Amino acid sequence: MKIDEARNYHKIDTVIVGAGLAGLRAALEVAKSGLAAAVISKVYPTRSHSGGAQGGIAAALANVSEDSLESHMFDTIKGSDYLADQDIIERFVNEALKTVYEFEHMGVPFSRTEDGRINQRPFGGHSSPRACFAQDVTGHVLLHTLYEQCLQHNVLFFNEFQVLSLLVSEDVSRGLVAWDIRSGGLHIFQARAVLLATGGYGRAWKVTSNAHANTGDGVALVLEAGLPLEDMEFVQFHPTGLYKHGILLSEAARGEGAYILNDKGERFMKTYAAAKMELAPRDVVSRAEQTEINEGRGIGGKDYVYLDLRHLGREKILERLPQIYDLALNYLKVDGIKEAVPIQPTAHYSMGGIPANVRTEVIKDAAGTVVKGLYTAGETSCLSLHGANRLGTNSLQDAATFGRIAGIHMTEFCRGNSFAGLPAKPLEVAQGKIDRLWNGQGKERHAPIREKLQENMTKYLGVFRNQDDMLKMLVMIKELQERYRQVTVDDHGDAFNLDLIEALELENLLSFSEVIVEGALARQESRGAHFRSDFPKRNDGEWLKHTLAWRRDGKIVLDFSKGVVIYPQYQPQERKY
Amino acid sequence: MAMIDISAKILRYQPGKDEKPHWQVFDIAVEDESTILDVLNEIHWQHDGTLAYRRSCRSSICGSCAMKVNGRNVLACETPIHRFGRKLKIEPLSGFDIIKDLAVDLDPFFAKLKRIKPYLLLDKPLPDKEFVQSPAQLEAIGESTLCILCAACSAACPSSWPNSEYLGPAALLKAYRFIFDSRDDGADQRIEIVNDKNGVWRCHTIFNCMEACPKKIKITEYLSRLKVKVVENSL
Repeated sequence: MKIDEARNYHKIDTVIVGAGLAGLRAALEVAKSGLAAAVISKVYPTRSHSGGAQGGIAAALANVSEDSLESHMFDTIKGSDYLADQDIIERFVNEALKTVYEFEHMGVPFSRTEDGRINQRPFGGHSSPRACFAQDVTGHVLLHTLYEQCLQHNVLFFNEFQVLSLLVSEDVSRGLVAWDIRSGGLHIFQARAVLLATGGYGRAWKVTSNAHANTGDGVALVLEAGLPLEDMEFVQFHPTGLYKHGILLSEAARGEGAYILNDKGERFMKTYAAAKMELAPRDVVSRAEQTEINEGRGIGGKDYVYLDLRHLGREKILERLPQIYDLALNYLKVDGIKEAVPIQPTAHYSMGGIPANVRTEVIKDAAGTVVKGLYTAGETSCLSLHGANRLGTNSLQDAATFGRIAGIHMTEFCRGNSFAGLPAKPLEVAQGKIDRLWNGQGKERHAPIREKLQENMTKYLGVFRNQDDMLKMLVMIKELQERYRQVTVDDHGDAFNLDLIEALELENLLSFSEVIVEGALARQESRGAHFRSDFPKRNDGEWLKHTLAWRRDGKIVLDFSKGVVIYPQYQPQERKY
Repeated sequence: MAMIDISAKILRYQPGKDEKPHWQVFDIAVEDESTILDVLNEIHWQHDGTLAYRRSCRSSICGSCAMKVNGRNVLACETPIHRFGRKLKIEPLSGFDIIKDLAVDLDPFFAKLKRIKPYLLLDKPLPDKEFVQSPAQLEAIGESTLCILCAACSAACPSSWPNSEYLGPAALLKAYRFIFDSRDDGADQRIEIVNDKNGVWRCHTIFNCMEACPKKIKITEYLSRLKVKVVENSL
């Protein structure tokens, strides 16, 4: 039987991997143009981790105080520690207002000012109240609204499909192969344009705010396809992860006025960022917290500090921060109205990812050569909008805005390009992965390997890094990759084989983690979220450039020839808050 | 933190292998602060890789892990085991076909959502900026927008069990959310959909949905307001 007659073969204009904000926004744009948009997601779309975003979406609406696009642009540049590409930021702030108004017109239930306009709250690193919010469930309402819009516009959904290989050759994207989680079986998707919007890669850490699904599948697939990744060493640690669980307590708490306290009851941010205090950017606050903990001023000398909401009062907490209140109560039995909440830094946001240009086209080298028909947007992409550190509320805006931009360019591309041919054996790579896990002779299980990786990434690749630790981590990753070859799964069934999926995800975690460590080892400076105790200063002379990384012949190859786009009026300065 | 011994009885079903669902007991040691999800992970990762269940965010917002524990519908991720003691009985949500073990087929659930047209229907032109909506107007729908579509409500609803055509509490709550949105012009269209024996009138105000809702949404109350609206509309 020929492939194009097979039951599990789909030929669709655009195939979008990931049903978070970026993927759905792109799909909506394509579907509205009349072309077919298929969204492939490993979870039901409303389960996507965009829904976990709490505090807001950034746009200089100036609804509650003066604001400007220039200010949003400068704050984002400074927040990025000057590593972000300023042409990307310019496009971003110019589209941000439109994105928010569009959401409002779709029906997003934004919290309101007294005069009925979208309410805005302060957020770390932003110089005006710029976070448009819906209580502390902003990502949730944006995600659900977008999903509903996609239902209205007949986007095709392939829910619970795991992508196993990209069909890319001769710099042209042809489609991809995915495993049907629910029923089993491989499916071939042939598409004119493919969007990778698979979210972040925070599951490589043990203490993380990320969902189980955030295993960096998109970045691992790109690496496997022989394409580069960018700035993977830049991973943001959020200062207010719920102690022991790592799950997110929104920066909105501090936006509304919450304090962070050490064991002595001091608002210790006065030592680290006297002007902005708790509303300094996340990299700064996380380092301050970790320093307090390392120097014995964690609560009771332990590895956590306090987020104190009490002075905000019951009414404000329940009106503005109900989710945070519930999370502390349900998970730690801490009543945030009466008690301070234990918190610790938690791996949160992936600044690095798949390199792409301002049109969201995936590029394959420092010169910007485009892979035809392949696009990326949202957390999995590296445009680079966030540089070395992202500001809170810029992520939802990033995902939605560049999701829309991706949709526009994919539509345009489809109008001018027919389907590229499939390779002779499209299923080969994907089938090989499944066969090895099902039919291999090894006795390793995936869980112990994953646990060892995560524990040690938290230990060695955390808020503070140094060469010795990272070399240990690199050796360990190689060992774990070796052990992975012996992994087989208990479950040999077709239906909802979680065992198989987790084993496949582990291969991805092990693959991109090596890139993170190699990049972090090579970058002998401290910039944004990447802090080297052995190189504690930013070094613009040598390191004001992006990291590109490929896997070639089993080894990670780094390239630092991709410069940073810097406008004359926004030259790097010392970064103080 | 201390380790305790627990006994978790889990309803297992693998299509093609099992004729019908059956119970399997796992006697394991877990930390006393564990959640139901921690227990499932422990079993899946250390004891039996073939166990299937859904989970993602771990923070009560994605809605993946709704299941029945000791007779109550809960989100596994946010539910500590101490709520139930050391004997756990874990089974999939009722009223849905089982795909495998604790994972059920939610396609019919999501299809119902689509039936009520869950998007603003506008006759008026779009403003340059945002629609004006007062805090009081928002308040009318605010709580209903917290729904995470976990299906715990529908699975707890006795009116839903025998009748797969019934829209069920989640879709009706969504209808409420749009009909009562001050920006929306599509109330008539949606009222026509819910004014049906398989719409609001199949709700017999049993309150199970409200009790089951992990987001504590007063679903039954909103459905009652929806009924009043439907009646008013026909007068």
